[in-house]
Amino acid sequence: MKWEVVIGLETHVQLKTNSKIFSSSSTRYGALPNTQANEVDMALPGSLPVLNRQAVAHAIRLGLAIGAEIAPRSVFARKNYFYPDLPKNYQISQYEIPVVLGGSINCLVGDEMRSFALTRAHLEEDAGKSLHDNFVGPDGKPCSGIDLNRAGTPLLEIVSEPDMRSATEAVAYAKALHALVTWLGICDGNMQEGSFRIDANVSVRPEGQTEFGTRTETKNVNSFRFLERAILFEVQRQIELIEDGGTVVQETRLYDADRDETRSMRSKEDAHDYRYFPDPDLPPLVIDAAWIEEVRADMPELPGQMRDRFVTEMGLTPTDAAQLCQDPALAQYFEAVAKQLPAEQGKLAANWLMGEMSAALNRDDIGLDDAPIKPDHLAKLLTRIIDGTVSNKIARDVFAHMWSTDDKDADAVIEAKGLKQISDSGAIGAMVDEVIANHDSIVQEYRAGKQKAFNSLVGQVMKLAKGKANPAQVNELLKSRLDG
Amino acid sequence: MSRFLDDFPTIAAYRAGLDQGQFSVTQATDALLSDIQTHRALNAFVDTDAKRSLAQATEAQAQLATEQSHLLTGVPLAHKDIFVTEGWRTTAGSRMLANYVSPFDATVVAALNKAGTVSLGKVSCDEFAMGSGNEHALTGPVLNPWDHDVVPGGSSGGSAAAVAARLVLGATGTDTGGSVRQPAALCGICGIKPTYGVASRFGMIAYASSLDQAGVMATNADDLALLLDAISGYDSRDATSVQTCHGAANAPGRILGEYNALGQQYAGDKPLAGLRIGIPKEYFGDGLNTDVARVIEAALTQFEALGATRVEISLPNTAYAIPAYYVIAPAEASSNLARFDGVRYGHRTNQYNDLQDMTERSRAEGFGDEVRKRIMIGTYVLSHGYYDAYYLQAQRVRRLIAQGFQTAFADQCDVIMGPVSPTVAPAIGSVSNDATAEWLGDIYTLSVNLAGLPGLSIPCGFAPGHKGQDLPVGLQLIGNYFDEGRLLAVAKQFQQVTDWHERRPGVAA
Repeated sequence: MKWEVVIGLETHVQLKTNSKIFSSSSTRYGALPNTQANEVDMALPGSLPVLNRQAVAHAIRLGLAIGAEIAPRSVFARKNYFYPDLPKNYQISQYEIPVVLGGSINCLVGDEMRSFALTRAHLEEDAGKSLHDNFVGPDGKPCSGIDLNRAGTPLLEIVSEPDMRSATEAVAYAKALHALVTWLGICDGNMQEGSFRIDANVSVRPEGQTEFGTRTETKNVNSFRFLERAILFEVQRQIELIEDGGTVVQETRLYDADRDETRSMRSKEDAHDYRYFPDPDLPPLVIDAAWIEEVRADMPELPGQMRDRFVTEMGLTPTDAAQLCQDPALAQYFEAVAKQLPAEQGKLAANWLMGEMSAALNRDDIGLDDAPIKPDHLAKLLTRIIDGTVSNKIARDVFAHMWSTDDKDADAVIEAKGLKQISDSGAIGAMVDEVIANHDSIVQEYRAGKQKAFNSLVGQVMKLAKGKANPAQVNELLKSRLDG
Repeated sequence: MSRFLDDFPTIAAYRAGLDQGQFSVTQATDALLSDIQTHRALNAFVDTDAKRSLAQATEAQAQLATEQSHLLTGVPLAHKDIFVTEGWRTTAGSRMLANYVSPFDATVVAALNKAGTVSLGKVSCDEFAMGSGNEHALTGPVLNPWDHDVVPGGSSGGSAAAVAARLVLGATGTDTGGSVRQPAALCGICGIKPTYGVASRFGMIAYASSLDQAGVMATNADDLALLLDAISGYDSRDATSVQTCHGAANAPGRILGEYNALGQQYAGDKPLAGLRIGIPKEYFGDGLNTDVARVIEAALTQFEALGATRVEISLPNTAYAIPAYYVIAPAEASSNLARFDGVRYGHRTNQYNDLQDMTERSRAEGFGDEVRKRIMIGTYVLSHGYYDAYYLQAQRVRRLIAQGFQTAFADQCDVIMGPVSPTVAPAIGSVSNDATAEWLGDIYTLSVNLAGLPGLSIPCGFAPGHKGQDLPVGLQLIGNYFDEGRLLAVAKQFQQVTDWHERRPGVAA
């Protein structure tokens, strides 16, 4: 039987705000336990939550970016359950009326542009953390500890429709969403620190069946690679289960990266009755048109808009444009370089960024912001390729020199190292003649019809020219002398 | 045995004594702490701390001579033990918080501290403010100063008893379903609960967030106006506090300004001419004790003598206030009280098997019967499958009740009057074991909280208690939103021609 996979993702995006969603405590990551928890975060008697408007502005920002409806009036509810790292023993979240409704994420899957619909996005607070490993209590004995630094960190839970049909699509969606929230500046995107956490709802059904199969929810997926593996594992598990005559149980599962498997956390039967009701401590969240316009005025150009512009104005392929637009820093860098080049040379800039630049960044393990070569430096180097001063190959040497030294001016490097391309046809002609004279056997091979021999002769000329001869001219002159 | 405040029964008289150098704040504080000791049988105070009180007294004395001096500087108060206080224990009348000390002051307490008042201690209340007789308290029942066999009312029973016994000039209280007005009535003093959102809830241990509101208690309208004005104001730490009241900033000065302006306006022998008093017929039905009804009727006649006119009105959903309240309040309480789990503070059981067991036992041991009952009811009405039938339905009733008041205020009356409680104070132990009886006693006060309106209780006479003894009766004045100043000004006119507010219980300890 052929199976169809159905996937929906719920993503918890930690919003980049200075203070928590309902208290004035700092949200900085990595502080000593419980040093960033005030009376609200600790749920001391008499404390009350007050909504952080920055978190709301971030939600509006996302809503505008995905073409969603921003609810003019949304409601915070209490989700009641007892857990020691949840100090109030209820989580403040949005339940019936979320702040963002609908919208979609557009992204490339392979070479095809796809659109995945979103159900909603709602604001809520994060819980604290339970510390079980290597934790010692005041009496010196091992015990569990609670760190409330994370408690109350603002989250935007973004829920997709069950629109994805493969792990590849799910990963493409997740990457695009990750790129978008970091692009918008509403999330730092740090998956290791839990700033972007994905839960995958996965089910399978026989191809052609319209109703959904029973789904499982896999939690704790903190990288795109794990997302893919968790889905693949879960799909395989469900198919094998059904084919062996079993049935899938609706449950929450945990992905274990060490074992590369998902395993059951709790079934639906164990599910809490959360007793949601509107939080009487918080009036409904009212967002008027003025607030939306204020956020809109402050929005950066969206990756989709920029991608389209790169294709139409700079002649990039949709794939290259999409790749550049995954990261706002990369896209901005590209634009800063490309606008100093002739319009048709966008492709050259894109190739250099995704090739040489990307390799150098990876090698040194640094981000684009820390790259020693700035857009103006690179633009000048590329200009010298375009005007024929240096070949692409020589330019790579210049780039390497600029990268590792304080010499950032391409012209000065070319001049100082004598790398200027030889485009004088007299000089090149002389070298061609010398090579033909000295490599008679190769010339014979070429004349006998071996095309490879021609490349060998080109190589000899370039060797003689120390790589500086204009390759096109070498080709042309060599061909005319041999064939002429 | 005479009490210090017998000679200085009002804030004005007390301040005059201070200003004329008859005594210092420290001397007054000393004397009052001694009166509190003498009357400890009332069981009104749960915590006193002479050192702290005297330190505040010294500061107040110094403040009197500065520009920071406030009309309340040096005035002795007591705080309901539901307001968290830095330094003083805050127990909420519960074993759960028997040893809890808050690292911060409630906004209301901080405001009164800033004004220079002297706190003489924390006063008893029903556990987490759930109760109408102050019998559900960790430290045992509080006695009514008028008769030690009857309850002082609740849940702000300690506040009412302390003021009635003239141990303090005023006290803070909280009113979720009548917890300021009802004990004020039963103890023969005045108590006001402002419009929801006028006073900050920050630092008030939450019972039912959408209904809870801080209030104040004192012996007369002038003192209430001073105290209420001082605790009013927008608080950025309480998202439900209001920034403006009919366009005026919610800040100290608003209530007192209106109170004083109306005081000027209400002149002549018919000072209340033109004032229409709405009398809800539902407040005078079968449940109302006939003696209480007679006293209320006499008070209303007195208001007519002052020039006001009576208009019969109807608040048709009054009867549904009880079921609506006893769904909404427990629902919110069940969630508000979830934080008391023995993990971070408060009572933790000695022996337990695992985490869940620890939380369950800590809560079972830490909470009293009434609190446990309301948590269970609240949990039930919010449960899947019951939410619509109970919680949502109760919210609909709540809206209808609020609309009923608005209909009355729109074109029928300016203020509504009626009884606070259907009876005078019952004997200790007579109702606390009968939940329905205790809950039915709240019928005239609950609607005000459900609608979020201001409500005032003033003493207006006496009616026979269970042994035939004279016990105080309170008259309730209900105003439209933000009408606190007017309610108090109207009450002031009544107090200028009557002396019920000057009556005090005997001094027998």
